[in-house]
Amino acid sequence: MVKVTFVTQDGAAHEVEAEVGWKLMEVAVNESIPGIYGDCGGQAQCATCHVHVPPEWRPITGERNAAEQAMLANAYDVTEDSRLSCQIIVSEELDGVTVDVVDS
Amino acid sequence: MTLSSVVIVGAGQAGYQTAASLRQLGFAGRITLLSDEDELPYQRPPLSKAYLLGQLDERRLLHRQEKWYADQGVTLLCDAAVAIDRAGHAVTTASGASVPYDHLVLATGAHNRPLPVPGAELGGVFGMRVKADADALAPLLGAGARVIVVGAGFIGLEFASVAAKLGASVHVVEVADRPMARALSAETAAFFRAAHERWGTTFDFGAGLARIDGADGRVGGVTTSDGRALPADLVVYGIGVVPNTALAEAAELAVANGIVVDERLLTADPDVSALGDAVSFPCAQLGGAPMRLESVQNAADQARHVAARLLGRADVYGALPWFWSEQGDLNLQIAGLSLGCDRVVDLAGVGENEKAVLCFRGGVLVAVETVNRPADHMAARRMLAGHPELTVAEAEASGFDLTAWERAHALATAG
Ligand SMILES: Cc1cc2nc3c(=O)[nH]c(=O)nc-3n(C[C@H](O)[C@H](O)[C@H](O)COP(=O)(O)OP(=O)(O)OC[C@H]3O[C@@H](n4cnc5c(N)ncnc54)[C@H](O)[C@@H]3O)c2cc1C
Ligand code: FES
Repeated sequence: MVKVTFVTQDGAAHEVEAEVGWKLMEVAVNESIPGIYGDCGGQAQCATCHVHVPPEWRPITGERNAAEQAMLANAYDVTEDSRLSCQIIVSEELDGVTVDVVDS
Repeated sequence: MTLSSVVIVGAGQAGYQTAASLRQLGFAGRITLLSDEDELPYQRPPLSKAYLLGQLDERRLLHRQEKWYADQGVTLLCDAAVAIDRAGHAVTTASGASVPYDHLVLATGAHNRPLPVPGAELGGVFGMRVKADADALAPLLGAGARVIVVGAGFIGLEFASVAAKLGASVHVVEVADRPMARALSAETAAFFRAAHERWGTTFDFGAGLARIDGADGRVGGVTTSDGRALPADLVVYGIGVVPNTALAEAAELAVANGIVVDERLLTADPDVSALGDAVSFPCAQLGGAPMRLESVQNAADQARHVAARLLGRADVYGALPWFWSEQGDLNLQIAGLSLGCDRVVDLAGVGENEKAVLCFRGGVLVAVETVNRPADHMAARRMLAGHPELTVAEAEASGFDLTAWERAHALATAG
């Protein structure tokens, strides 16, 4: 288990335990983080799991993949930091990360 | 009346999402989820995809882990609803309990249309709707297994692609003249047929099933309606679903290809809503004509709508339908509804493993089918949800690019 923090649109920080190997989206929905729905179960089909990952964590989370890039193009509030949280796998190295939730 | 208790019948995609959305929107009253399945609510799409391939463990198939229900104060009872007492505002369950409600949400889903042929009861004949189906099928799909798939719909073909990948020899029998005929243009259907044939699957179109043959209670083959005998170790059928309406019908709620609801997803009883695979609703994209959809989008968006409406934050449902299917390395995405489409533009210049087909009705863009082109799919969703003013002539012009068109158009209308 590692700790990850979701900051929701209202500014509230939710620190939760995350299981290594799970998708960040799966962690979020099980903790009822507002703004993340994960309708498609993490298949990069629905774009309801949008988060902003700070640049310093990018060496660990990796970059957007092609499908993700396409699903996010023109979505609401897309920045350099935008990711679909279903495409980020929780690892030991991710311990302590904070991501901002973009309401889907 | 203040709303203090909501009872939801059916804990599938629509039922669990209604509960989750009610809590997310701040509802503090009692929520009871009644399920006739003996497990925590789970996702169905992976049953014919990643879960069947063994790529997704059981816990991650669940919509939510067990702890979530306690955290959220959602009471999950594995106890089927058997009757609704509308006058008394209570649901009777199989165990004999009476569960009172202020508002009742029917999210009963659908069940597989049974195979109407002799032999359907033999061992080795499977549908694909519940987790037990996938659990029973997975170990039987090894190399050399001879599999007959009855019905070339989305689920049948997803299953076929998995079985082929696992080394089974797969033959599909379909009464229509092409795959996914109910929902897909002939152009996209032909593309998928060719792909499945590349993966080694063979097809019989325009062919029905006369019976399933077997010995000692186990399937040994099938006989087609034109009299051919085909050997088989397994028969998997996907010939459509039937909405679960018996409970509503017995409670004298209207039923016509689904539980009938209005544009707010309410039945004629103001204290009973219904949603998901089980309902026929006036579809905004079809000018209010009745429609029943079977998709995750439909179940999830309708659930969010019902939750918001119960809390006074929404009125009329009108979300744009979209759908996806994964077959082999092909990701099909459909935005909108192609029903009644009279003109199709099959975009040239897409990549080898890609497809983009635009469907028009009366000169208006109504649906876009894409394969492995998620940017076009998202552009289509935005266009169809807003102003799909694209003309057939524009789409047919050489070098037309859907994503670029949408971007330029959105900028122009914004500015
Ligand atoms: C194998 C498979 C693959 C799919 N793949 C995709 C896909 O790729 N993309 C997509 O968009 N959609 C897909 N779908 C469709 C999608 O899963 C359904 O549209 C969605 O599950 C519908 O949700 P629902 O809650 O309305 O119905 P259901 O999920 O069917 O849930 C209804 C629940 O209510 C229960 N119930 C019924 N009557 C009672 C009662 N009296 N008391 C208590 N409980 C009751 C049922 O047993 C069931 O558990 C797939 C479906 C299947 C089966
Ligand atoms: S959960 Fe659907 S795109 Fe991430």
